[in-house]
Amino acid sequence: MKGALIEVLQGAKSLAIGLRITLGQFFKPTVTVRYPYQTLKMPARFRGHIELVRDPETGKAKCFVCKLCEKACPSDCITVDGVKPEGAKRKTVTQYRLDFTKCSLCGSCVEACRDGAIRFSREYNLAGTSKEAFVMELFQRLEAEAGADAGSQPGKDKPISAQPAATGTVVVAGTPATAASPVASQPAPGAAATLERQAK
Amino acid sequence: MLTTLSSEPVRLLLFLVGLLSFVGLNAAYLVWVERKGAGRFQRRPGPTEVGPAGLLQPIADAAKLMSKQLLVPGGVDGALFRVAPLLMMSPALASLAVIPFGPTLAARNINLGLLMIFAFGSLNVMGIMLGGWASRNKYAIMSSARVVSQNIAYEIPMLLVVVTLVMITGTLNLNEIVLQQAGGFWHWNLFRVWVNPLMPVTFLIFFTCMLAETNRAPFDMAEAESELVAGAFTEYSSMGFGVFFMAEYANIVLGCALGTVLFLGGWQSPFGPLSSVVWFLLKMYLLVFSVVWIRWTFPRTQFYGLLNLSWKLLIPVSLVTLVLASAMMKLL
Repeated sequence: MKGALIEVLQGAKSLAIGLRITLGQFFKPTVTVRYPYQTLKMPARFRGHIELVRDPETGKAKCFVCKLCEKACPSDCITVDGVKPEGAKRKTVTQYRLDFTKCSLCGSCVEACRDGAIRFSREYNLAGTSKEAFVMELFQRLEAEAGADAGSQPGKDKPISAQPAATGTVVVAGTPATAASPVASQPAPGAAATLERQAK
Repeated sequence: MLTTLSSEPVRLLLFLVGLLSFVGLNAAYLVWVERKGAGRFQRRPGPTEVGPAGLLQPIADAAKLMSKQLLVPGGVDGALFRVAPLLMMSPALASLAVIPFGPTLAARNINLGLLMIFAFGSLNVMGIMLGGWASRNKYAIMSSARVVSQNIAYEIPMLLVVVTLVMITGTLNLNEIVLQQAGGFWHWNLFRVWVNPLMPVTFLIFFTCMLAETNRAPFDMAEAESELVAGAFTEYSSMGFGVFFMAEYANIVLGCALGTVLFLGGWQSPFGPLSSVVWFLLKMYLLVFSVVWIRWTFPRTQFYGLLNLSWKLLIPVSLVTLVLASAMMKLL
């Protein structure tokens, strides 16, 4: 009888504790990131698909077509091609094709790269209506970014960055490509580039 | 004009429209409250997309439900299958007629109001039971069996507690019960410990039984999704399901309104003057919030746990309160 009574009282106490805890949670702020409207900044080591790195001095791609990445790739999804301009010591890249439908994001290419010419992007908004959309021409993308950087005038790029589509792509925030570009002081060249990518 | 408005048929018609819209709006917006509450308890915002703060969500849900096909599966008992949702909904609607919302705001102030509520209240079990039986579905029939044994188990302590209360108040007229609790919150039946020291316990038993009678978590054995798909509602689609859903909330509103009237002083203000319908709604929605709070705190009990709680704890304790109350009335 005494044991049963203690059991009932302890049970009631534990119910009260449970109610107190949930009520405490009720009055704390929510932790949801309302995704299309709000986005998180991707961590520095986020592994998106790879992208070419620009040389901060010349503004061109760092890649000199050694093709180590092509050889390192276990799923044969990288095709690199380049030319050797007159008088130059090294080749420069003219085509860098990533077949992202086969890529398993193992990172062997980034590891194999001797000059740090490729790295993981922080792009995660990857959705497409065709398989072809995921065969990415990384060199053309880099060129398009450079073009957008050169073309963007101060004060002209506001409307683009205000669109939700542009805020949705987190890769914009603090992308080293933007930081390294000669016109890095302008606020939204990255956003313009991202928008162009999506249009593609 | 004034005389036409205050004439009896017009007054009843106004109350009918008022009560129907009260129940309808409550059923719709308690779903919103439930989802928002569930969100907050789990630290997410809940519905946000349809209208400001998701306020148009119930309308969107209703439109969706109504546009769906009302499917009557083959082999069901057609008449019972169709009438079961109404059987669950109508007792709650009828019972609200005797609830005094304000000092003069009650559709019918009849002397046996409390008895009428309990007479109708046990009918909503019939709704679930017949719905489950008519569905010709094993989950639904299991749910029917559970609902019957659960409601028999919880009707007993509920009635014992109410009998205790009626012995103290000496009336079954709900408005009179509220009037007796005038003059500050220490006069509420919940705190009248000098009449019966177990009064707060009585309220807890009443509230627990109310949760069980309305089939709310943690006692939602009739609709145990993880075991019985959707219990008695498995075969229902479109507004058949919608009416069951609305009936659940209507029964919650009724249970909380009854709890407010019996224990929390109804429309009486907690500080003496300024009694009005606002206090009634405030107390009622506080109880409704507790119902949501409890649902999102406790996991569903097992069936034997549910029956053990009633037969081994609630019924003995409510018998003790009954005996204690009668002994104290005799001696003091």
